[in-house]
Amino acid sequence: MKAFKLAFRNLIGAGLRTWLNVGILSFILILMIMQYGIYDGWNKQAVTDMIAWEIGSGQIWQEEYDPYDPFTLEDSHAPVPSSIQNEIEKGNLAPVLITQATIYPDGRMQSVLLKGINIEQQVSDIPTAKLEGDFTEIPALIGRITAKNAKLKEGDFVTVRWRDVDGTFDATEALIVGVFDADVPAVTAGQMWIPIERLREMTQMPVEATILIADQEYSWTGSEEGWVLKDHDFLLKEMREMIKMKKVGGSFIYVILLLLALLAVFDTQVLSIFRRQKEIGTYMAMGMTRSQVIKLFTVEGAMHSFLAVVVGAIPGIPFLLWLSNKGMAMPGDTEGFGMAIGARIYPAYSMGLILSVMLIIIIATTIVSFLPSRKISKMNPVEAIKGKLQ
Amino acid sequence: MENNEIVKISALVKRFPIGGGHFTALNGIDLSFGTGEFAGLVGPSGSGKTTLLNIIGSLDAPSEGTAEVLGQSVGELSHKKAAKLRKESLGFIFQTYNLLPVYTVFENVEFPLLLLDMSAEEKKRAVLEALEWVGLTDKIKSRPAQLSGGECQRVAIARAMVKKPILVLADEPTANLDAANSHNILQTMEKLNKDLKTTFIFATHDEKVIKYLKRKISLEDGKVVKDEQN
Repeated sequence: MKAFKLAFRNLIGAGLRTWLNVGILSFILILMIMQYGIYDGWNKQAVTDMIAWEIGSGQIWQEEYDPYDPFTLEDSHAPVPSSIQNEIEKGNLAPVLITQATIYPDGRMQSVLLKGINIEQQVSDIPTAKLEGDFTEIPALIGRITAKNAKLKEGDFVTVRWRDVDGTFDATEALIVGVFDADVPAVTAGQMWIPIERLREMTQMPVEATILIADQEYSWTGSEEGWVLKDHDFLLKEMREMIKMKKVGGSFIYVILLLLALLAVFDTQVLSIFRRQKEIGTYMAMGMTRSQVIKLFTVEGAMHSFLAVVVGAIPGIPFLLWLSNKGMAMPGDTEGFGMAIGARIYPAYSMGLILSVMLIIIIATTIVSFLPSRKISKMNPVEAIKGKLQ
Repeated sequence: MENNEIVKISALVKRFPIGGGHFTALNGIDLSFGTGEFAGLVGPSGSGKTTLLNIIGSLDAPSEGTAEVLGQSVGELSHKKAAKLRKESLGFIFQTYNLLPVYTVFENVEFPLLLLDMSAEEKKRAVLEALEWVGLTDKIKSRPAQLSGGECQRVAIARAMVKKPILVLADEPTANLDAANSHNILQTMEKLNKDLKTTFIFATHDEKVIKYLKRKISLEDGKVVKDEQN
């Protein structure tokens, strides 16, 4: 406590030198919290969006299904097991049948995944109710990205060509009954959603599905042969790893900034010990042990970071709160990221995030304060009192 | 010695390494000081007076011989024990005052008490009393840069005296002061010596200080050449 009291007096007494270091540290503290808050906010937002639009509480895949290998689509479908049919009727599962198709907007050819989904389903936020109606053509929903790439809009007709279960090509007109916006490329990019019954007819795969999206009411019994459960850990793993990778990559600049600030604190400490030898000698003459003086200088240096937390809180709290409310606009073509990302990212600051960033800065500052302070242990008090260079 | 002996120095030798050999700063010193003395180590520059004062203050250790301060052999004290001795029983006054520049007068005088276990109330009372001894109660909020040299040295005296040490060591306390301030300082110290029975040992070659000493120990080339009572 004595060391803290004395260090605080010394630090405040040092004036501008202290406030420059504190200013830099607090700036970096705010930047780091903001940066990690953005990634955490993105993560949170992406998980929420993926659950709402794509993965629900989990998915049950036909065992051959591999979303990264379109060639598996030919074989990755099977009749929905009768044991879970009642779960579909209760609305706890939404079957999706997936096949490859080609669309011809304005005579151009584009590949899409044709996905059949229950019109009544409530598991995904995809507005499937729009597919309901007595349409001659195939009613189809497309996402914003597909609409943009194919230059399609609601009310447009587009030719769709697909192959049935025997590999025979067929084609017909589809009517775009809705364009929806979601921040999940897996439902909006290169996808066309149509009623599952129509797709089953088109492909001659009655009662079949490729995947089933589950809601939280559904509990997997593990007895459906030929089908496997994919939980959140599996389905979100890739997205989480990508965000983590971006977080690490994005951290470099802040690590460099932090190192520069620590260098400033280190320099201040070296200079302090060099310039304040007389003071150090006086401390010893008055009865402080060398270790007490080392402790005093270390605490003094480390206290820069404590002051940085206090000073940083003054502009930092309102700024970070404002940012978390307003969000941060992302560049126009965020769909190019290939992962769930909103047009605006709303940073999320957890207590753990704030405390861990503070702890990193406090520990790092304490270490760089301690290193030069060790020189004191070799000082001769007689020479120090005279202020002779050692 | 009619008083209780608080410092006893026997056959003390202090050598400093210099180049390939060494320089002998003190050579066979035998001395003792009792409670309440107002004594001075007198001699030209390089005679060894500051070195002897540093050894008595446990800031340095003898190369040979012994220096016992308050019953403790300085040469055998660990860093911690030497610091404890200085903290509890010794006060220092330096030629250049050595005040802590960022502290106020009050905080400078309070500093030695922060190292002792004292309540805030006791500390405040002791600091104000010490500042009263040196006549600086009106300057408690000033910082050293706002004070004259004489005032700075009075603060240094108050800092040395605030814990009421048994022994105060003053190294050329008037070297940076004019005659009027020197006399003022010396009168203050003389009064404290009389009132509190604190032992003062000076290292000086200033005639103004020598006039005030009750005991004058003359050093030359690291040896005591004369030890006389005034």
